[in-house]
Amino acid sequence: MLPGFKLTLGFTLFYLGLIVLIPLAAVFWKTTTLTWPQFWQTITMPTAMASYRLTFGASFLAALVNVIFGLIVAWVLVRYEFFGKKIVDALVDLPFALPTAVAGITLAALYSKTGWIGQLLEPLGIKAANTQLGIFIALTFIGLPFIVRTVQPILEDLDPELEEAASSLGANRWQVFWRVVLPMLTPALLTGFALAFARALGEYGSVIFIAGNIPMKTQITPVIIMGELDMFDYGKATAIAVVMLVVSFVLLLTINVLQWWTNRYNTNNLA
Amino acid sequence: MKTIFNLVLLAALAVSAGAAEVKLLNVSYDPTREFYVEYNAAFAKYWQAKTSDSVNISQSHGGSGKQAQAVINGLDADVVTLALAYDIDAIAQQARLLPANWQTRLPNNSAPYTSTIVFLVRKGNPKGIKDWDDVVKKGVSVVVPNPKTSGGARWAYLAAYSYALEKNNHDDAAARSFITKLYKNVPVLDSGARGSTVTFAKNGIGDVLLAWENEAHLALKEFGADKFEIVTPSLSILAEPPVALVDKNAKRHHTTEVANEYLKYLYSDEGQEIAAKNFYRPRNEAIAARYAANFTQLKLVTLKDEFGSWANAQKTHFADGGIFDQIYQSQ
Repeated sequence: MLPGFKLTLGFTLFYLGLIVLIPLAAVFWKTTTLTWPQFWQTITMPTAMASYRLTFGASFLAALVNVIFGLIVAWVLVRYEFFGKKIVDALVDLPFALPTAVAGITLAALYSKTGWIGQLLEPLGIKAANTQLGIFIALTFIGLPFIVRTVQPILEDLDPELEEAASSLGANRWQVFWRVVLPMLTPALLTGFALAFARALGEYGSVIFIAGNIPMKTQITPVIIMGELDMFDYGKATAIAVVMLVVSFVLLLTINVLQWWTNRYNTNNLA
Repeated sequence: MKTIFNLVLLAALAVSAGAAEVKLLNVSYDPTREFYVEYNAAFAKYWQAKTSDSVNISQSHGGSGKQAQAVINGLDADVVTLALAYDIDAIAQQARLLPANWQTRLPNNSAPYTSTIVFLVRKGNPKGIKDWDDVVKKGVSVVVPNPKTSGGARWAYLAAYSYALEKNNHDDAAARSFITKLYKNVPVLDSGARGSTVTFAKNGIGDVLLAWENEAHLALKEFGADKFEIVTPSLSILAEPPVALVDKNAKRHHTTEVANEYLKYLYSDEGQEIAAKNFYRPRNEAIAARYAANFTQLKLVTLKDEFGSWANAQKTHFADGGIFDQIYQSQ
């Protein structure tokens, strides 16, 4: 291994401190303008509670759906050759590149009842714009690249010989996928899920245009935080932000531990 | 060589002494864009004629609350022209960039022009919306921004509330049930006035948009008078978007004099006329009379008469757990 552990660790800590920890510490610091009862009252107000359920619920569902469909997209891109593959591959990254407000306005226009998609859904009794479904759609849109881009390199490295060996030993296709391929992809899928989930939790621009933002129904937590800021209530805004931060951190940590555990399980079993 | 250099230096000094270029930053809210573009040009001309200095005015637009936050956080505004006094009060209280009594420094509560809240409906007015009572009817879909994030939306909320108060002999319970019915009819709460205009006009949502009067006229211009029409209710609120010098910033830039004049000139005949042309109600009655066709007569109540002060209105209606929150929590 290359030497320089102390130097690089020092740099890592300095960099993380500068870029991540200081702004986060400022969030906690601003919260201290509130007393404990005020803090508690702010973070448990009914509109905030409803928004946590919505934000975490919709983000979780969107990331979950992306795990399934992202895996399929990655699979197709890695395992098959077809005309226009490079274009499809590039399309996957678009949600990364598009300014989120543009995505939001576009989605809202598409799914409103006069929009291209909205007018097809309307006769079926499905309303997407300004409902929780709309929020889910926006979060799915922005989350897709995370899964595809984390799973793709692992799939590329996956030796098809393993699958052939499994078949020759009598495994059917389902067993090959379930017992051989999927366990090896699980850590990458978990990472992708965590990234997509985390991104969705903090998403603002693409959601507000399609959400409707009705308190208790379709108002995500970042909108509540913006509302507090607009009323010059920095303490309350950061209090709610702290809740988001702490819960997100715990969830991401859990996912990381889960990923580490599956990784170890794989190495032990395959070694 | 030296003489040439000296000559150039002298010339440069002469030029800079004769006609300096002054820079001003006006931090404003969303729907004033078109108005200030025209006003800035007129003021620059006036200022150059008067002092031979050329003045270069930059504009910044956004939601009124967000703009105030930006100034509090250090955006170098020489003057602010925002949607409501509450936002300038916040700059005075939190950043102490101007004195607390700023609103008394210029005539008419420092609001050189006024506006109000009107209805924008679809052509032919298919739901027959004539006044506030029609807006709260079952089955009418209303588009308005969130009063927690939008200055214009706060005026709209207060306009509806004032109507209910006036109609029910200042009975608060009746006004609350009225405002609850109104917001039950709202399918989308955008974060700002422009967002709601787009939701209503572009995405085809809602039967009526509660809008700034000038924004409603702009929407007619922008999207075509064949698509929408303006309905003026019998009563609305007199919205007074105030302007103020940001003393500390202007002092640091040495622009106090020109910035003050910039605000005062808003009250001049030319300033008033530009405001009227851009659908802001001028204070000057002679000019108001000339543009009477743009401004339907209606009963206008003031914030002071109905709610006392912004601090009061804010606390009772828009703060966490206030009447606006209760509308949604009581279901």
